[in-house]
Formats: sequence, structure tokens, C-alpha cells
Amino acid sequence: MKLQNAIAAAAILSFAGTMSFAQDDNELSVDGQLISTEADAPAHMENVGTVYSGWRFRSEDTQAMQMDDFDNSGFVFVDDGLSLMASVDGSEGKSCASCHENVEDFAGLKAKLPRVNDSGELETMEELVNTCRTERMGAEPWKYSGSQMTAVTAVIGLQSRGMPIDVAIDGPAASFWERGQELYYARVGQLDLSCANCHEDNYGTMIRADHLSQGQINGFPTYRLKNAKLNGVHNRFSGCMKNVRAEPYADGSDEFKALELYLASRGTGLSVETPSVRN
Amino acid sequence: MKNQLLAALVLCVGPTLVAAEDVAPGDVAFSDGAVLASLTGAVGDAVAGRAAFINRKQGNCLACHANAEIPEQSFHGEVGPPLDFVAERWTAEELRGIVSNAKMMFPDTIMPAFYNGLEPNRSLKKFAGKTVLSAQQVEDIVAYLQTLSE
Ligand code: HEC
Ligand code: HEC
Repeated sequence: MKLQNAIAAAAILSFAGTMSFAQDDNELSVDGQLISTEADAPAHMENVGTVYSGWRFRSEDTQAMQMDDFDNSGFVFVDDGLSLMASVDGSEGKSCASCHENVEDFAGLKAKLPRVNDSGELETMEELVNTCRTERMGAEPWKYSGSQMTAVTAVIGLQSRGMPIDVAIDGPAASFWERGQELYYARVGQLDLSCANCHEDNYGTMIRADHLSQGQINGFPTYRLKNAKLNGVHNRFSGCMKNVRAEPYADGSDEFKALELYLASRGTGLSVETPSVRN
Repeated sequence: MKNQLLAALVLCVGPTLVAAEDVAPGDVAFSDGAVLASLTGAVGDAVAGRAAFINRKQGNCLACHANAEIPEQSFHGEVGPPLDFVAERWTAEELRGIVSNAKMMFPDTIMPAFYNGLEPNRSLKKFAGKTVLSAQQVEDIVAYLQTLSE
């Protein structure tokens, strides 16, 4: 069966010339739990029919690392996050655990973020964590994409693993979402490229040694083989902007928050994969 | 002492500085997507052009284009068409236009402009006001592309 598939694949490949497959057909399951890596694109995406997780574009070796939590080095940092959440810090003598006894209560949160709060501001998970630190613990805020933040947001995100991304983009979120869409299609940098040029128009092709994915954010924070640590989502935006020789926006800026909301909406229906493994 | 000064001067001449005899990035004249006159007033060096084509900090053309003439490099991109025998499809003038600013030949293309005077949105500070390639490098790459024929 496997061999037959391989032969069929080879036949298709030779027809397609130099084009590689857009994405593979592999299925992601972790400890028997099936994690959906594709979904029908939401209606607002005019140029894409199906959305795929970045996992589907990675090599089988990299994919395998995410299929077993013991092989997923992201879990080293999840452990750090759990200790951080149990440590007292700040003037109030509290830890995260003082208020959040059971991390599993965070199930579902990641799938809904970023979201607009009661004050009409768009808020991300990093901001929710820092609000607890500064307002409830009397502690210093963590650096937006620093190692403590990625460790703790990985713990919180993990509680939603397997749940479909489902962010609100209407009502008070609409203007943020529109700003994010604008940024996604804006050409920037000396190379004058937009996110869409690579991740919408060319996903599935090789750009030198990299297999372009749709640039989905369902797996963040992501463990990257490249730097052997967890990486926050704004940090990735920043990296892609620098690659096209553009001045990135700041981590936690209004621009990156709006872009994050827009990208989350482009992944509607994909499962949360936190912490994913990528190269 | 004099030599040191000279060396410093030579060092400054990167993709950024426009040699006096070069056509300035903002003055490149396109006709139907082609650029008729050499940007340096001279013919480029195909060997140097091949190197700039490969170099990730210069043309990095291989990021998007496969090229069978460069088998020693293991990763060839697929974003643009393969450039095998490209000299059979385009004249030197057209190739110069495509490399200088491909948007003049292919409107809205993803292919970056390597030599034009437009200031893109939010360029990283160290690249602001600079072209990706120098006029000389464009001519070298054009000379190299012309060797890609049957
Ligand atoms: C020149 C091409 C290019 C541009 C332009 C670009 N990226 Fe990327 N991006 C890549 C490559 C290559 C990767 C790594 C392979 C992959 O997942 O596509 C990547 C990865 C990503 C990822 C990680 C996906 C995952 O599954 O972990 C995200 C998110 C992302 N990009 C977002 C963006 C955003 C937002 C922009 C615009 C600000 C952008 N990219 C612009 C090339 C690009
Ligand atoms: C980010 C991607 C990208 C990069 C980098 C790039 N190109 Fe292109 N190039 C393209 C695409 C896409 C096309 C097809 C034109 C279109 O958009 O329809 C193209 C077309 C061409 C053509 C016409 C090919 C034909 O057969 O018709 C030539 C010649 C060319 N490029 C040369 C170069 C050279 C030389 C470099 C480097 C100095 C380069 N390109 C860098 C994407 C790229």
C-alpha cells in the first residue's frame, strides 16, 4: 500500500516537472489523539481553498518529533513553564498557581486568542500573562518573546491542543482584523515582498532550501531545530520581515497583534498544536 | 598611508555606491520592460555574474530559480521558472530590464527589483536608500544569463 502510494506519487511528480508537492498526506496524531492539520478555508480567504498546518510541509523526521511528546524538545520548555508557574514572584507573594490551581482550566483559551477585551483592546496571551504578573502578583512583566514567556504560553497553549482555532473577527474585532489583513498583503522591505507573496501565492514550493508553508500560527510557541528553543509568534513575524530586509514592527506592537489576529483567522479550523516542532 | 586610504576607498564601493559612470538607479530607462543601454557603459563579466547569481547576499537568484548550469549547488528554488536556456527566450536588453526591475516586464511579480530608485516601504535601516545589486553586478549577471543558451 505504502509502495503503491509512492509509485503513484512518483508518477505525479514526473508530470509536474520540477514542482514539488504542495503538502504531504501524512496524518498527525500524538499519543493516539488525532490532530487535524487541514480544514476548509474560511469564507474570507478568497485565494485559498484549504488551509494546512505548517506540519504538513516539514520533512518526515521533523514531523515524527512532534508525534511523540518524549521526542518533542518543546516539552523541555513546557517543564520550565510549569516550574515558573509554581514559583512565587512579586510583592503580593503569589505564583500563577495561587490563582490557577489547575492548568487544565486553560483548555480552550489558546483557540480564541487574540481577542478584544472589555476595554476594546486587542489582547494576546502574552499580554494576559503580563497583566497577571503586574496587576495581580506585583511582579515585573516578562519580555514579550523571552524564554519565560514562551515557556509559560506553551504550557497554557498545550491545554488546547487538538482544539480548532476559532477567533472572533467581527464586531469590535473587525477593525483590528482589517488592519491585520492590510499588513499581510503589504509589500515591505528592500525585497518588496508581502507575507502573501510567499505564504499564499507560493506555499508548497521550495524557496532555495526552504519548503514554503502557509505560514499558519496554530503551533506557536514553536520549537525550532534552527535555534533549539521555543519561539514566540511575533518573533517569527519579525524574522520573516528581516528576511525580506524590512524593518520589523516591535514584538507586542499593535501591528503584530493585528497581524496575529488576521493569521489566526486564516487558520480557522486547524487544531492547536502547541508546542509544535519546525525547522 | 596612501595605500591605506586607497584600500578604504575601494572597500566603500559595494552594491551601495554608484560609480560615476553608472546609470543612477532612478535614471534607468525602460522600454517595454527592457533596458537598452548597459548600466555601466561596458559589458559585464559572466564569471563574476555566476557567482553573484549564487551568492545569498547578492543576487540569490537560486532562491527562486532552478538552473541546471549550477549543479554543484544543492538547493534550487521553484518560485520562478527554471532559467535553463533563458538566453534563447530573452535578449540581453530584456534580461537587463528583468534583473533591474522585473515589475516593468511582469507587473506585480514576486521577483524583487535589483536595481531601481524607488524606496520600498520600511526597508531595514542598513539597506535604506540602497539597491540590492550594483550596476556592475547587474551587468555581470546579464552577461552570465546570456551564456545560458543551447
Ligand atoms: C521570502 C519569503 C517569505 C516572506 C515574504 C514571509 N515569509 Fe514567513 N516563512 C518563510 C519561510 C521560508 C518559512 C519557513 C518554512 C515555512 O513554514 O514556510 C516561514 C515561516 C513562517 C511561519 C511559521 C509557520 C509554522 O508552521 O511554524 C509564520 C507564522 C510566518 N512565516 C509568517 C509570515 C508573516 C506574517 C509574513 C509577513 C510579515 C511572512 N511570513 C513573510 C518565508 C517567508
Ligand atoms: C522571490 C523570487 C525571485 C527571485 C529572488 C528572483 N526571481 Fe526571477 N522570476 C521570478 C518569477 C516568479 C518570475 C516569472 C515572472 C512572473 O512573475 O510572471 C521570474 C522571471 C525571471 C526571468 C524570466 C524567465 C523566463 O524564462 O521567462 C529571468 C531571466 C529572471 N527571473 C532572472 C532572475 C535573476 C537573474 C535573479 C537574481 C538576480 C532573479 N530572477 C531572482 C521570481 C524571482
